Amino acid sequence: MKKLVNSPVDVVEEMIEGYVMAHSDYMSQLPTNKRSLVTKKTDKNRKVGVLIGGGSGHEPGFMGYVGQGMADGVAVGNIFASPSPDPILEVTKSIDQGSGVAFLFGNYAGDVMNFGMAAESADLEEDIEVRKALGTDDVASAPKEEKEKRRGIAGEFFIFKATGAAADFGYELNDVMRVAEKANAQTRSMGVGLTPCSLPQTGEPSFEIGDDEMEIGLGHHGEPGIEKGKLESADRVAERLVQDILADEPLTGGDEVAVLVNGLGSTPRMELYIVYRRVQQLLNELGISIYRSYVGDYITSLEMGGCSVTIMKLDEELKQTVDHPVDCPMFVQR
Amino acid sequence: MEITAREFKTYLKNVITMVESEKDYLCELDRKIGDGDHGITMSIGFQAVRENLDHELAEETDCSKISISVGKTFLNAVGSSVGPLYATGFMRGAKQIKKKEVLNDQDVIAFWIAFGNGVKERGRAEIGDKTMVDTFAPFVDALEANGKGAEDLSTIFREAVTKAEEGMHSTKKLISKKGRSSRLGDRSIGAQDPGATSAYFLLVTFLALIEDLTQKAG
Repeated sequence: MKKLVNSPVDVVEEMIEGYVMAHSDYMSQLPTNKRSLVTKKTDKNRKVGVLIGGGSGHEPGFMGYVGQGMADGVAVGNIFASPSPDPILEVTKSIDQGSGVAFLFGNYAGDVMNFGMAAESADLEEDIEVRKALGTDDVASAPKEEKEKRRGIAGEFFIFKATGAAADFGYELNDVMRVAEKANAQTRSMGVGLTPCSLPQTGEPSFEIGDDEMEIGLGHHGEPGIEKGKLESADRVAERLVQDILADEPLTGGDEVAVLVNGLGSTPRMELYIVYRRVQQLLNELGISIYRSYVGDYITSLEMGGCSVTIMKLDEELKQTVDHPVDCPMFVQR
Repeated sequence: MEITAREFKTYLKNVITMVESEKDYLCELDRKIGDGDHGITMSIGFQAVRENLDHELAEETDCSKISISVGKTFLNAVGSSVGPLYATGFMRGAKQIKKKEVLNDQDVIAFWIAFGNGVKERGRAEIGDKTMVDTFAPFVDALEANGKGAEDLSTIFREAVTKAEEGMHSTKKLISKKGRSSRLGDRSIGAQDPGATSAYFLLVTFLALIEDLTQKAG
């Protein structure tokens, strides 16, 4: 596949350089680690630091969500690979104001180990209290009774948003984590893949799929999903995704939700809105109202084709977090 | 047998060469059950180790310090799940050979037992989970069973690496229980685990060093 890069080995470093140059009013790169980025804009009420991170290749995830109202800092890994403990620890030291730091990341073996090692070092070497909340929103990745094994996909956006807002409300670490965990518990996603992406270093497609096929339940690194089938219409796909999400967490008339239809990288907004249309129709038919909706590329997989649907069930507190304004380089909400 | 710091570094350089030549194969294995980057990750990590060997470690003669530095360098370069796993192996191994400039047979055996056990502990995986533990665990068992015996290191290590190879091949018929591939369920059957494969490369490269040194001595 064609890529607009210089050398495949430099893509992450050069992306970060460009990002910091383009958004120098928002971001700074720590002198101690070039994979550690922190915000220049912080709400004055905020006591608890919010750290996000993961592999690159998911832009705007994750560095695009560092700024006012969301995360204070990010540790950037190689493509689709967890960052190592060092950049995580450097960000932690930089954003801690003495009230502790929340680590938010997706539930993947590598992230669990690296963020875990960084949290241990923060505690033992720096005396910083760290708490972790893992995104486990992908209903296709494990059955309901093994929810703790599920991976995090686009629903992580809602977790970052809710946690960032809770931090801006001036909450202490315990309450910030309570909101983070509630946001994750109330959030469910499922995706569909149409075309693979390719890593710059190999150029090989991340999975094999026929021209007339789709993969339901695909992971956002191209991990195979739960079934491969003939490509269907946007309405049928939307119905399937919503149906599986609701089967996992039944919603009833009167419930209010936030919805995210997320593009995986190369799917046009046109198609995402066609999917969104059917999602809203389905939910409205059940008497469920959509409190706020998001449609676009929020957490991608390089140039993968396809989308995911995420539904977060809201209570009064989560509604406040959804409404909270955000000003980040790749996401603004007034 | 005695392995000097210089020979330990030769081993690491041989691993770097091995990883480069098997990079595409490891990626191909990973594409079947993961995200297809295991070869790249190993290459990024060991290229950083090469830099480390050429510069910071160029004059280092303490085998444990070399091992610690290699582990840290690998971890920082890759993160991922492989980073903490192999880094823990190198660190735990280093503990067994503190301040040694020359490794004898028992040092080598202790190093590799600690290495394999370190990976297992960090990954919290068991035999049969379709991970690098399927390579390391039978290897460690063989070293523990035969390590105190009368046979020479070359024979003991060769037998252990044979067990490692069997372990690696056994991952083909297993259902993955750890890491990204564990979401595949039955669909992971038939594919050899890339981590178990790179683990085998690490071990078979060390066996080659031992056999080479044995030959020279003989």
